[in-house]
Formats: sequence, structure tokens, C-alpha cells
Amino acid sequence: MTPSTSGVVKEIRQEPEATVVVLAGEVDLNQSPALHAALTEVAANRPRRLIVNLAEVPYMDSSGVGTLVELLRRVNTYKGHLALVGLNERVRGVFEITKLDKFFRIHATEQEAVQT
Amino acid sequence: MSPPSTDQPPAALRVEMTINSDPSSLAVVRGAVTRMAELGGLDETGVHNVTWAIDEALANVIKHGYEGRPDQPIHLTLEGIVGPDGRRGLAVTVRDRGKQVDPATICGRDLADVRPGGLGVHIMRTVMDEVEFSCPMEGGMLLRMVKYVQQGEARCPDRPEGTQP
Repeated sequence: MTPSTSGVVKEIRQEPEATVVVLAGEVDLNQSPALHAALTEVAANRPRRLIVNLAEVPYMDSSGVGTLVELLRRVNTYKGHLALVGLNERVRGVFEITKLDKFFRIHATEQEAVQT
Repeated sequence: MSPPSTDQPPAALRVEMTINSDPSSLAVVRGAVTRMAELGGLDETGVHNVTWAIDEALANVIKHGYEGRPDQPIHLTLEGIVGPDGRRGLAVTVRDRGKQVDPATICGRDLADVRPGGLGVHIMRTVMDEVEFSCPMEGGMLLRMVKYVQQGEARCPDRPEGTQP
């Protein structure tokens, strides 16, 4: 079943090398529950390589980061690869302040993420 | 009316608002806080940090203080202040009527533990200069945070970037 898009989930597409989830908009406590549900649905299909594109996310709070941490844990359980791409300075700052940047694969672009 | 000067004492800057503990209020509050922080003379990073810290504080009240109930009151104040050393700043209070927690137990969690949750307090303490929780006698929690304008940081409100004073 193809997971549905809603809220900040703008697009979910299947590329030859990866499943790509494109988010757009501010990710806060209001958006995180729907995002969590959508990402859980995506992870249930066990994509070998999953990319979350955050290029259109201007703001993310700790609930958004927590949602991505949960996704990382799910993907790790089946030994998949999760990469985050396109983080602006502010969003990257959330990961740096919480020291979670060490645990995620963070790349500038989708192309860079599939090449590593 | 001429725009306020950064040389003026910021004491006149004061905003109070009461919101429901509904997560959909957060985006509206972020917009108002951003403007207030700009008027308070903070630079772009300072404005972002104050907005972020307040967003995390409100999210904590909604999640933990009110346990997700969306119809409870949260009172927020923002006020321009002058600190003991003469530095200008922005003081924020967040007052709720939710569950009380011993302030001594409110601390950021161990960041070596990779799991969701518990990051908001760590963020607040990192990006703000002062963060203090208390339990008022009347119930609920009171959070006070302060962000000071860093030296050389003050900007001129309402003056387009690149123009001279």
C-alpha cells in the first residue's frame, strides 16, 4: 500500500535507489502526530534506503526531531539506511544542539545521499 | 510616528497573551513572539532562539502540564528589560494551571541516549540566558526565561537592513 501524503508530508516517491519523503512547512507539536503516522506507514514497507527531504522545512521543534528519531530507530531495526537532506541552518541547529547530528546521516542533497 | 530607537529604554515593550493549550495555537504565537523579539532589539539568531524556546516551553505545557487537553489556559508575557549589568533583554513568562512538577527535577536528559522526548528543556537552557521554573502557591507552573541582547547585536527596529541611522 502506498502511504498517503497529508500535513507537512508533501510527497512520497519511489526512486530507483531510495524511497524519498518530501516534507514542506513548519514541523511543530501540531504537525508531528500526523508526520509520525505517515513516517511509520512508510517504514512499515521497510525501504532499504529512505531519504527525508527537509529543504522546504523552515522550522522544526523538538517534537519534529523526536519523530525523526523514532523513524531512525525503526529503520535501524531492519538494518535500513535513513538519510536527511536539505536541512537549512536553523533546522540543522536543532540536531546540533541536541547532539543528534552524530546519529543521523545528513547530506546536502538527495543525489549526495544516494551516492554514499 | 517615528520608529522606536534602540537608545530608548525597552520598558514600554510589553505583550501579554492567553492561549488555549491547543497545538494549533503554536504557529500564531511564534509569529507574535518573532515580531516582539525583533522590536526588543535582538538580532536574527536571538529572535529565532527566543521564538524557539517559547515554542518548546508551550509544547511542554501542552504535553506534560495539561497532558494533551487542548482547552486549558496558558498565559504568556514578553517584556523588554534592563538586566543588572545594564544589558537590554527580553523577559518571558509562561504560566499554566496544569500539573505541578518539582523544579529541581526539571532538567534536560542525557543526550547520549538516542530517543525521542525530553529535548525541550535542554534546548531552552541552551538558547536562553536564564531559565527558571517555579511552583506558584495557586497551582500550576511558572517559567521565566530571559534573553539578553549581546554586545553589538542590537538592531534598529523597522529600519530596512543596510540603511544608516
